[in-house]
Amino acid sequence: MSRHLNNLTVKVWRQAGPTATGQFETHVIDSITDEASFLEMLDVLNERLIADGKEAIVFDHDCREGICGTCSLMINGQAHGPQRATTTCQLHMRSFKSNDTIVIEPWRAGAFPIVKDLMVDRSAFDRIVESGGYITSPTGGAPDANLIPVPKPVADAAMDSAACIGCGACVAACPNGAANLFVGAKIAHLNLLPQGQAERFKRAEAMVDTMDEHFGSCTNHGECSAACPKEISLDVIALMNKDYRSAKFKNRKELSRN
Amino acid sequence: MSLSAPVREPVSGTAVSPRTRKPFLLDLYGTAVGKKYAMAISGIALMGFVLFHMIGNLKMYFGAADLNEYAEFLKKLLYPLAPKESVLWILRLGLLGMLALHLHAAWSLTMLNRRARPVRYQSARDYQEASLASRSMRLSGIVVLSFIVWHLLDLTFGVVNTVGADGEFVRAEVYANVVRSFDRWPVALFYVVANLLLGLHLSHGVWSIFQSLGWNNPRFNAWRTAFARGFAAVVVLGNVSFPIAVTVGIVSV
Repeated sequence: MSRHLNNLTVKVWRQAGPTATGQFETHVIDSITDEASFLEMLDVLNERLIADGKEAIVFDHDCREGICGTCSLMINGQAHGPQRATTTCQLHMRSFKSNDTIVIEPWRAGAFPIVKDLMVDRSAFDRIVESGGYITSPTGGAPDANLIPVPKPVADAAMDSAACIGCGACVAACPNGAANLFVGAKIAHLNLLPQGQAERFKRAEAMVDTMDEHFGSCTNHGECSAACPKEISLDVIALMNKDYRSAKFKNRKELSRN
Repeated sequence: MSLSAPVREPVSGTAVSPRTRKPFLLDLYGTAVGKKYAMAISGIALMGFVLFHMIGNLKMYFGAADLNEYAEFLKKLLYPLAPKESVLWILRLGLLGMLALHLHAAWSLTMLNRRARPVRYQSARDYQEASLASRSMRLSGIVVLSFIVWHLLDLTFGVVNTVGADGEFVRAEVYANVVRSFDRWPVALFYVVANLLLGLHLSHGVWSIFQSLGWNNPRFNAWRTAFARGFAAVVVLGNVSFPIAVTVGIVSV
């Protein structure tokens, strides 16, 4: 049985453009079913704004099933809202109570400039992935399955890291605006697997150096992992720190061979 | 509208960059992760110092002769192989260097982190995992640093110590100096507070060392926080006992 939530006060960040000054705008939602997702609540609000001839609130969303990493939002001071291991699109209004005040802010980081309202530009993540988040393999016929044996625990650990959807909640939640959990996950995903070994140390150095250009540094608060919708562990950051150190030494040796 | 970062050249080749012009260690220290290594390594050195400083001071429970003799022993480390005080000075300079490194890395990382979020959140944050210790590292660090300065002025240079009966501060009379200093209750209180904050700093910092240096192994991961808290507790319990022992009269002239 669905319930309805009544009298919700929604304070939402409105900002006309990247350089405009923004401010909170308050809307009251008289009634909404608790089966609505958080984004559906915003859809309902937007329908009303449009009907009133006002501009709709801009926010990022795509798959709405928690796997694409497009949705964001800082909801009541938590990235992706109050429910653990959940993206904003999978958060439902049953996580709130009638008469609640819900404050919605965009991700805030120097590397994530606001495009409009709640939408931010996360292409700094693409710069990081471009610098090493791949394996260089020849194209051609698909190789036989299981051609390269991967031990089960290794496959599991790599899969846990590969679960990262690149939403940026780690950066948003980090008091330092650091991207270590994201970069750690991307590095661990490939550096754990046999296929990733050939470029392991090139990858570690390049991705960390690119991260350095955009983001802050880790002080081990653990906020990133708590906010991560895929519950990626802080262990990937330790792996990154270890591989970066090895990479610095190994790449230096490689360079001196040339 | 240009929102994205400047276009970068694609990275290619086995190694990442052309031969770096900066010396290797400076190049490494130039990165945020490199500065975290520096924080961790200097942190280990400073951990060693606070632990052995506490253990050495336990000598005061055996009386003035034992504590003063221990101070004399420190001056004669490796003597007669090395000249008197030479090893002590090497240790002192090493520690000062480590402290300077710890402070510089902390400072520049803090500045980096500020730049990483030029516009702060306009609504209240609801932290989930960040602890009191992790969020107050800068504050506890600054208090401990100012405590170190006071501590040196008090018991090494005698500038803020009460003057002895003969009208002069005698550094070698460690036991008497400690008792005279802690007989002033505000000083004793400051020592207790500063050491509690040192404990808070250690409880997060020691755990962070493992993470920063990438010492991660599922077999011992569960012990990392326990070790950090245990280490902090041992150092704090030892250190806090000294001013209390003087205040309640267990240690007196």
